[in-house]
Amino acid sequence: MNWAVITPLIIFLFIIFAVGFWSNKFVLKSNSFLEEYFLGERQMGGFILAMTMVATYGSASSFIGGPGVAYTQGLGWVLLAMAQLATGYFTLMVLGKKFAIISRQYKAITLIDFLKNRYHSKTVVLLSAASIIIFLFSSMTAQWIGGARLVESLTGLPYTVALLIFAFSVLVFVIVGGFRAVALTDTIQGVVMFMGTLILLIATIKAGGGIPRIIADLAAENPNLISPFGAERTLTPAYVSSFWILVGIGVVGLPQIAVRAMSYKNSKAMHNAIIIGTVVVGFIMLGMHLIGVFARPVLPGVKIGDTVMPLLSMKVLPPFVAGIVLAAPMAAIMSTVDALLILVSSALVKDVYLNYIKPTASDQQIKKVSFSVTAIIGVLVILLALSPPDLIIWLNLFSFGGLESVFIWPVILGLYWSKGNKYGAITSMILGMSSYIIFDRFYPNPLGVHTVVLPILISLAGFVVASMFTDSKASSLGLEK
Amino acid sequence: MKDKRFKIAHREALIGVVLVVINFVWWYGFAYGLGSKKVEDYSYIFGLPAWFFYSCIAGFVVMIILVSITVKFVFKDVPFEEKERNTE
Repeated sequence: MNWAVITPLIIFLFIIFAVGFWSNKFVLKSNSFLEEYFLGERQMGGFILAMTMVATYGSASSFIGGPGVAYTQGLGWVLLAMAQLATGYFTLMVLGKKFAIISRQYKAITLIDFLKNRYHSKTVVLLSAASIIIFLFSSMTAQWIGGARLVESLTGLPYTVALLIFAFSVLVFVIVGGFRAVALTDTIQGVVMFMGTLILLIATIKAGGGIPRIIADLAAENPNLISPFGAERTLTPAYVSSFWILVGIGVVGLPQIAVRAMSYKNSKAMHNAIIIGTVVVGFIMLGMHLIGVFARPVLPGVKIGDTVMPLLSMKVLPPFVAGIVLAAPMAAIMSTVDALLILVSSALVKDVYLNYIKPTASDQQIKKVSFSVTAIIGVLVILLALSPPDLIIWLNLFSFGGLESVFIWPVILGLYWSKGNKYGAITSMILGMSSYIIFDRFYPNPLGVHTVVLPILISLAGFVVASMFTDSKASSLGLEK
Repeated sequence: MKDKRFKIAHREALIGVVLVVINFVWWYGFAYGLGSKKVEDYSYIFGLPAWFFYSCIAGFVVMIILVSITVKFVFKDVPFEEKERNTE
């Protein structure tokens, strides 16, 4: 084992634990357990809000998968990754103040609370809870596997041990600390991600002999690597542009992101978060993917894309610094998993248990149920990750685009279109999800754009047509006009 | 009853959409406008191909500036908590 690399990782874990236990004090003394545990009592300031959004969004793929593809595809993939710059400002601007005001009026703690109060429909609630539980559960498992593989490759520990270490560290702070612990650790993790990107980018440029030299080496190997079209000229403008939907504006529909847009303190926090979030998300995405491309002349002949980032760090940095940089992907995975864990738990406790199983539960009961549900989900995920069933892998493929297709219109049109009603929402959710799965299975990337584009348009049409067609009783909520 | 805060909220959401359109046009225009040439004919800025520099690096900086200006000068502070009931 390489202790110089591992020491920074262990220090990092201890800091995370400390934050978890510190947050537990708030959970224990809070007057409103649910709002504290699942939303941190809407007390997030601008910096924390920005960081928790960036860290939740930035996952294994930003630090491991993405740079790996950039290594093979060249600058065209960095161009594609820059579609994510929009997530920094678009989500908060569009959900924005209206979402913050209305979710306070509704006293909504989860995204589903909002939908429930907006549409007054049990079907909408159950469909949303089901999509969140099924899809986020599987994507959580996938991230968990990624985290364990990373620990495995860094420490040389066997996969099972690596998984248990990784899972245990996440579970402890999420169970005891709730949303506040998640947001605070996200902030630390976001800073680690930012610093890691900066250090590795500088070291890689230095190792490659400066940018002009690296670009010349790339062009000499294959001129397409420095074109926007990818190494084999397969990245068409239509395909690359369609990622603006998948990883840019569609992100508004991801429940783990949307719930953060109801967690902030005041409009000042939101304003600051928009600026900080844009800078940080843009820098991390630009930096990490550029690192992937620049790694090519420095570290030629890597076969498995996912290993580019760890191998590069070990090669261009002194071991202790490599440890700090490699804490970044670990942080990215942890901060995604913790957000998903608390969200799935809130869907079960708040949206299913309290709505339909035991609405009269006492505070003490709710506390017990929340802690144990979070723990049980965590343990279940560990069991699944030990020998992942094919179904989980399969479902995970849909979770990003699938959730976007389900939630984007019920949320957006629910906020901004007073005529939207529950029939529209139900139609749009069912159409969005099923058309996404069907396109993905039978006709991926139709018309040369990413699979997600058509289902989002179909669910929009479904929402509008069904709402107009049905009696608009449900719309008289005074949301608009 | 109409809530004045919503007028501000609607305007700001619309600004978000406008910004994303500007962002996209800038990104697309420079990337494929300059990048579609033959690679031998590329010009370079700070060692990077011009299309990449303008589309991704300058585009990033421009968006930070635009977003900051909008947020600082156009966006308005509104209270989120209820002082009185605004809806029925």
